Amino acid sequence: MKGYRKYFLNKAIWFLVTFVFAIILNFILPRLMPGDPVAVITQRATQGMQSASGIQAVYEYYQKAFGTNKPMLTQFILYIKNIAHGDFGLSFSQYPRPVLDILKSSIWWTIGLQFPAIIVGWLIGNTLGALAAYLKKGFDKVLMPVSIFVSNFPAFGMAVILLVIFGVGLNWFPTSGGYGFDLMPAFSWKFIWSVIVHYQLPFWSIVLIAIGGQAIGMRSMAIYELNADYVKFSRFMGIKDRKIIGYVFRNAMLPQVTGLALSIGTMIGGALVAEIIFSYPGLGYTMLNGVMGQDYPLISATTLIVTLMVLIAMFLIDIVYAFIDPRIKAAQLD
Amino acid sequence: MKHTIRQVFRSPNFMFGFIVFVLLLLIVILYPIFVKYSPLEIIGQGTFFPPGVYVNVYDSIGAPRYTLNLDDAAANRIGSKLDDQERLDMKTWLVADGFPEDEIDISDTAKLMEQWENNYDPTVRIPGMTYANQMYYQRLNASLQGILSIEGVTIAAISAEMGALEETGTIPQSDYVNINQVPNVRVLPLGTDNFGRDVLTELVKATSVSLQIGLVAGTVATLIGLTLGLLSGYIGGLMDDIIMFITNIFTVIPSFVLLILISFSIGQEHRGAVTIAVVIGFTSWVWTTRAVRAQVISLRNRDHVNLSKLSGHSVMHIILADILPYIASYVVMAFILQISSGILSEAGLSILGLGPRTTKVPTLGLMMNWSLIYQAEILGKWWAYFPVIVVIALITFSMNLMNTGLDQVFNPALRE
Repeated sequence: MKGYRKYFLNKAIWFLVTFVFAIILNFILPRLMPGDPVAVITQRATQGMQSASGIQAVYEYYQKAFGTNKPMLTQFILYIKNIAHGDFGLSFSQYPRPVLDILKSSIWWTIGLQFPAIIVGWLIGNTLGALAAYLKKGFDKVLMPVSIFVSNFPAFGMAVILLVIFGVGLNWFPTSGGYGFDLMPAFSWKFIWSVIVHYQLPFWSIVLIAIGGQAIGMRSMAIYELNADYVKFSRFMGIKDRKIIGYVFRNAMLPQVTGLALSIGTMIGGALVAEIIFSYPGLGYTMLNGVMGQDYPLISATTLIVTLMVLIAMFLIDIVYAFIDPRIKAAQLD
Repeated sequence: MKHTIRQVFRSPNFMFGFIVFVLLLLIVILYPIFVKYSPLEIIGQGTFFPPGVYVNVYDSIGAPRYTLNLDDAAANRIGSKLDDQERLDMKTWLVADGFPEDEIDISDTAKLMEQWENNYDPTVRIPGMTYANQMYYQRLNASLQGILSIEGVTIAAISAEMGALEETGTIPQSDYVNINQVPNVRVLPLGTDNFGRDVLTELVKATSVSLQIGLVAGTVATLIGLTLGLLSGYIGGLMDDIIMFITNIFTVIPSFVLLILISFSIGQEHRGAVTIAVVIGFTSWVWTTRAVRAQVISLRNRDHVNLSKLSGHSVMHIILADILPYIASYVVMAFILQISSGILSEAGLSILGLGPRTTKVPTLGLMMNWSLIYQAEILGKWWAYFPVIVVIALITFSMNLMNTGLDQVFNPALRE
């Protein structure tokens, strides 16, 4: 455990620094843009209003609510304070519901959908890639072009096609929502079954995309390892094939873990769009609602939460990586 | 150089991707030359007209007529009017009437009609059949008789003096018009979209705009990535630390999130196609920077670079003449990938409703967005969304294949 401390500390510091930067970006980007956001919001809120003093009052109200009449630094401190309390303000489009409340109801859908899907896709993809590298011939010839094609497929395209085939055409699964529209969330078998049925299409559309990319990566890593000197040497030594393959795949797996950490941001981005296509009540759909309703506080909070999710996922992968790659421990002990 | 290019064009992966891509490009360039329809013109009154040849009914009445005696004309006519449910209902009645079931084939329209005509009798009471069902069969029979009649359609015009309808001619069932002699025929190979716009024309334009978006995004990203990578790798020191710090942060913060944040902040009014492209470019330079930096660091202490330094060449000259040629292949590969990911980013953004402003130009993402908003996928209007997905997949597929091919040429370790 001792050897890991420095590594974890290093990773944790990076995590914090990046998170601070994410918050700064989240704060500063919308404020750097030309134009006065408060004026735009006021205009939207006062559509149809005649009295100029009324509009002025609304403008001043929003200016106060966002604190845009104060200097940038004060605004930032206020912003940090609010975030620390979990106060993301009130949603415009679902006024007067707090943004935190909306996020609370949608984040679990996203976490429940995306993380299992990405992990399952990663596992299946790596297994298939390793098999392709080991078996070669027919299996490889079929799997590779299919994987290349699937991994280049846009995530939303895969979602739409699955939806059309299995949702509309075969009518096996419902096409939208996280559970039946006639149900209320409750711990009943009917509700759980409905959730499971609604889960399938979004889940598999994310899994399929992940499989393609991972299989390609794993295949080339495994081929590289299979040609390495230690494999030849082990063969000369007469070590059993099964044992060698165990070593090979363990070594080929390590870069794949790092690869997962680096691609998880893109994967989550794609999966958010897939959520939109299935009207899955997660963060992607919330984000769409925010865009449609020009709901600034909602979008800003959603992007922050998604960033935080990605950061935490990467941090976790880094920690897992440390345990499966003994070289990290060795490096830190030096 | 010549040798390398020849080798690149011998790679099957690269060639396949290249051919697909060039074909797409040719279509995008040639189609507007031959078909001069405006891509965003709203021609259809209504949503999602199915693909096909649209012949003007008014003109076809006036066009020269030819009589063709075709045996299967009547059967085709009935076949197109009779849906599967009605065929099944007819079969049910016939079977209930005592007709042997195994002689009925509901897919053979002519035979089914013959059996129906010979056996159906509206006065027969089938035991157990409700009155509503009986009436249904009588209506069905009446409509079949209507189709079966051999009289033509009468054309009438309102007479100027009387204000009454006056017969001006009849169209027998055996009359045909030659489509070439009808002045107004519009071919809509992919039907129309939710606004009533010609999907194919729109798709070609959208592909061209999306490719341009990809190109601009790729160029911006590659330029930023290349500059930062060169500075960081060649100059090193504090410059390297600062650039790598920024790069590391942007590697971790998902570019998709940045993209959403920036696009939303720009506001609907300022979001043109070019703006979106530049924004995409500004959020996706990280990988190029890392790759270029790693390459430059390995090149920095090579003999020819050191010689160049000793000869007193300027930093600019060294970078341009001694370093750039060695990393050119990486940059080109990264550029290709940036283009394809730029196109995907635009599509993803547009589906979120953060794409370019809608009124000026179509993009692949916007077409996808509109067809999703109008639920084309649920309504089964495949022509509104499927071609878009295919084009996006073809673009990214061809670019990735080209990239794989280049990779195999420049990275001998990857060759099989």
